[in-house]
Amino acid sequence: MNAEAATPAAGEKPEFWRWAENVWVDETKDWRSAKTLTLGIDVGSVSSQCVAVADGELYAYSSMRTGSNSPDSALNAFKGIAGQTGMTLNDVHFVVGTGYGRVNVPFSHKAITEIACHARGANYMGGNSVRTILDMGGQDCKAIHCDEKGKVTNFLMNDKCAAGTGRGMEVISDLMQIPIAELGGRSFDVDQEPEAVSSVCVVFAKSEALALLKGGYTKNKVIAAYCQAMAERVVSLLERIGVEEGFFITGGIAKNPGVVKRIEKLLGIQAMATKIDSQIAGALGGALFAHTLVQKQGPAKPLLA
Amino acid sequence: MIANYGYKDGSGEYYISIDTDQCITCPVGRACLGACPKGMFESMVDDYDDEVVHVKEQFRRSLAYDCAECKPSTGRGPLPCASACTPGAIGHSW
Repeated sequence: MNAEAATPAAGEKPEFWRWAENVWVDETKDWRSAKTLTLGIDVGSVSSQCVAVADGELYAYSSMRTGSNSPDSALNAFKGIAGQTGMTLNDVHFVVGTGYGRVNVPFSHKAITEIACHARGANYMGGNSVRTILDMGGQDCKAIHCDEKGKVTNFLMNDKCAAGTGRGMEVISDLMQIPIAELGGRSFDVDQEPEAVSSVCVVFAKSEALALLKGGYTKNKVIAAYCQAMAERVVSLLERIGVEEGFFITGGIAKNPGVVKRIEKLLGIQAMATKIDSQIAGALGGALFAHTLVQKQGPAKPLLA
Repeated sequence: MIANYGYKDGSGEYYISIDTDQCITCPVGRACLGACPKGMFESMVDDYDDEVVHVKEQFRRSLAYDCAECKPSTGRGPLPCASACTPGAIGHSW
């Protein structure tokens, strides 16, 4: 996550887990000259993204924290882009909602599962050689295989347990009182690589981390043990469907080198690099699906929030 | 597409896998829908506009318990869902 802990006001308790919301717009393009303008809205359990695609190319995105209700979170994500571009929902030709809140996006024309959207988004971000996708989301984890067009061929998801998810990392960040963006780097600053924490259940990992601190572990060593546990957890999921060359990681944890490097080491395979924010893969996939639907069916009637 | 529904937790891995490519041309009229005593399967149109079978959302986090009556520890016969699906599209991980 593009995280810096927000600077707290005087007397306010710092929240180390808080990652910075962000908006990006491709200044070299102008949406007004696009023939087709589509949106993908990914309302996740922790963050919500809105991606605008102009003529099938990434134009803008915003990544915001998910609030207490999905419709507001979806609108807030769109406002992130609208505020910088002047775009309104009337200007958009098709909107696809995805993520766990996809059916509650009031201005979407179609809901598509995040599994299909992540595969499509990863195919755009990493190219048509992407075959295995690991999405480490806020509160679930998915392993996906796709073909050269980004169509899903095999998937597996674990949303019962928060182990191996972004929320788990947020809890450890707060417990260690270290900004979440620093966790990955710090996990390598240890004299000896520790064993993984034995339990990666968020609740029990927290108590185990405290016990390790009391036992003399440094904070960095505890973080390293937790990153290793997360890596082992998601690798066991990945191994269930197998890993093929063309390995791509999406979701907020793709920005945590402490977990990514350990996953790569366990798998013996390098994750593909991308210049695009890994967190927007689902929304990007949704916007690309929307673009295809406009090509097939024509623009949809605007649905105002 | 191989769709795996279920979860992994501290007690084990519980996934039902469905080869949805075989559902599209199901030769047995989606017999699995009626074969499961709990009615865990249903037909739906997937993201690629194909009509396939999936495990209902409300069962996906409790498969270990919901499938238990078809999986006694002794005298276990063939699973009703897998038996009904003669093309062999349904598999259990445990």
